[in-house]
Amino acid sequence: MDNLTIEGSAKTPTIEFKGEGTLLIKGRSIPENSIEFYKPLIDWIGNYGGSPQSNTEVNIQLEYFNTSSSKCILDVFKKLETLNGTNVAINWYYEEDDEDMLEAGEDYQAIIDIPFKMIEVEEL
Amino acid sequence: MIDIFELYKNMERNNIILSFKVAITSELLSSVLQIMESKMDDLDESLKTRRKVFNVLVECLQNLYHHIDDFEIEGSPEEIAKLKSAVFMISRNEGYYNVVTGNFLLSENVDKLTDRINTINSFDRAQLKEYYKSILNNGEMSAKGGGGLGFIDIAKKSGEKLEYSFSKVDETYSFFTLIVKIEQQ
Repeated sequence: MDNLTIEGSAKTPTIEFKGEGTLLIKGRSIPENSIEFYKPLIDWIGNYGGSPQSNTEVNIQLEYFNTSSSKCILDVFKKLETLNGTNVAINWYYEEDDEDMLEAGEDYQAIIDIPFKMIEVEEL
Repeated sequence: MIDIFELYKNMERNNIILSFKVAITSELLSSVLQIMESKMDDLDESLKTRRKVFNVLVECLQNLYHHIDDFEIEGSPEEIAKLKSAVFMISRNEGYYNVVTGNFLLSENVDKLTDRINTINSFDRAQLKEYYKSILNNGEMSAKGGGGLGFIDIAKKSGEKLEYSFSKVDETYSFFTLIVKIEQQ
């Protein structure tokens, strides 16, 4: 399984999806067209699902995301929900005092049937 | 002849940080965000204020950006350029940031937009959160991914009611003004 690596930009996050079972989305996600950006991520998860590791750890370390990205992030989680034969866990990071980001994580947690861990950090 | 000094004094009086009349592009959007981030840095704003202003700005500007893209109008290049240009303004006074946007739209869409904003304004915080979640999860998505979450998010993040008005331009077009207040924290 090839890794998927995308370098972050002012409007798009850093992506490090590794075949060894760790998936990272980090930075800002505020592109005007988020569907275009997120499609390869969802495709990658689909391929990974063919022979996943026994554990899959997903780390979401977003500083900002726009509403256009919010539906795409949900689609990423929904794709992860479809994986069989692996224990998926999502770590949702947020900066201390960033209640909006914590709340956003809790919204996904309420919708998605995957264990979430909310992790408060000083700085992302 | 326009008096630029008057214009300047007017902006100064109204504590305007930044103001544009332009057709929004992706590049302009990036620049405005960058300018506002360093401005808020200079002003030593709290992280909380910075995040909220940044979030609201992104949604307001991207609303304008997508609207221009979707806005199908006919006319001469001059007319199209005029109808596609928008106004936005950021000011800071008395403990608040104000993000103001203005754009043309088809008058036939005024009722629909009025209903949408009134619905959002009728909700308290908890209801807004539930509403956001239901729209997020309803599976619908516009071609660009927004799917109607923009105004809800703006109301949620700002914690204030959305102020708006419509001015009739002619039979076909109206002008929509949106004012978003964000309290400094």
